[in-house]
Amino acid sequence: MEKLLSIFFIYIFVDNFVLMRFFGICPFLGVSRKMETAIGMSMAVVFVMTMATLVTWLIYTFVLVPFGLTYLQIVTFILVIASLVQLVEIVLRKISPTLYQGLGIFLPLITTNCAVMAVALLAVRQQFSLLESVVFAVGASLGFALALVIMAGIRERLELAEMPDVLRGSAVTLITAGILSMAFLGFKGIITL
Amino acid sequence: MKSNPSYMQEFTKGILKENPVLVALLGMCPVLGVTAFIFNGVGMGLAATAVLIASNLVISLLRSFIPPQVRIPCFIVVIATFVTIIEMVLNAFQPVLYEALGVFVPLIVVNCVILGRAEAFASKNSPLRSVLDGLGTGIGFTLALFLLAAVREIFGQGTILGPDPDTIIHLFGENFEPMALFAQPPGAFIALGLLLAGVNVIYKRFNIK
Repeated sequence: MEKLLSIFFIYIFVDNFVLMRFFGICPFLGVSRKMETAIGMSMAVVFVMTMATLVTWLIYTFVLVPFGLTYLQIVTFILVIASLVQLVEIVLRKISPTLYQGLGIFLPLITTNCAVMAVALLAVRQQFSLLESVVFAVGASLGFALALVIMAGIRERLELAEMPDVLRGSAVTLITAGILSMAFLGFKGIITL
Repeated sequence: MKSNPSYMQEFTKGILKENPVLVALLGMCPVLGVTAFIFNGVGMGLAATAVLIASNLVISLLRSFIPPQVRIPCFIVVIATFVTIIEMVLNAFQPVLYEALGVFVPLIVVNCVILGRAEAFASKNSPLRSVLDGLGTGIGFTLALFLLAAVREIFGQGTILGPDPDTIIHLFGENFEPMALFAQPPGAFIALGLLLAGVNVIYKRFNIK
């Protein structure tokens, strides 16, 4: 129980997947312009990441390893993720067409979100149990959500700030992310596995 | 009727004008993640270039056979296959680099640069052009990785060709205190942000784009 709680809080704050480990940077830069899209994307990522880690862990443990097919890890994992994203797209189109429109191209791009693939891979590489892997995925995705939402809040105000032209857009976003990353460095060592 | 770009242009456009990292802002995760050392950054760039050329070639050869509705999963399977091969090759022939790159090697499969070139170019052009495009884009990617890694390693650690103790070269004397921020995660973000700003300045000045 203690280990599960540790995992949960470590991956939200101490080892934030976006700000410390550089996973999920593309959506982080692309979707953080407006708060609504940031929140929508976060919820989609939490769902996809958790389901993907669950399914890939099961496939790895009960299919790939027993049959000696571990070399198929990359191919199977990415196909599972791609299918899950397709599923989310279909469901979202039915349930909330406005959110679907708002996310636009970014929804299918969750497939190429390194964070989702990274979490799925690291869960089996670090030999987490099934429950630990799911908690890991929930924590990591909430960490992604936290970073994304904070960045969206900042960027909405940065839009109106004065700055040299060459900094506008991605340059200032990255520098802001650097400062956020420095802030999160303050969590280092607070909880350890 | 569009004029056909020359073969040379297909190759060079990926390096400057359409540099995947510096202009199109794709494939950021490995750019930030492996550039603490020049050796790792360039190694990652070359590995990704190998995958990019191979997958561009195969997808271009198969482009008339892949049904449009399932093209993305097809591209992904082709790319994933080559990433698996590269992972094994690195593990066998460059174990130091393989250890250093860690989970970023399998993550080449989700590198937006490779899938992006497959979708935007290889699926619509001849194999020769696709190979040239892959080579140029890969070199541009490696160049961006090299630039960021150079800044981060030289200023952040004061060395080049680290971290292998057999090849490491300390550039400055005993009393040099490196700007350790660049070796840490925040430094990666800030260095890349400043690099992008610098690239904007240069491109504007020389009117590239």
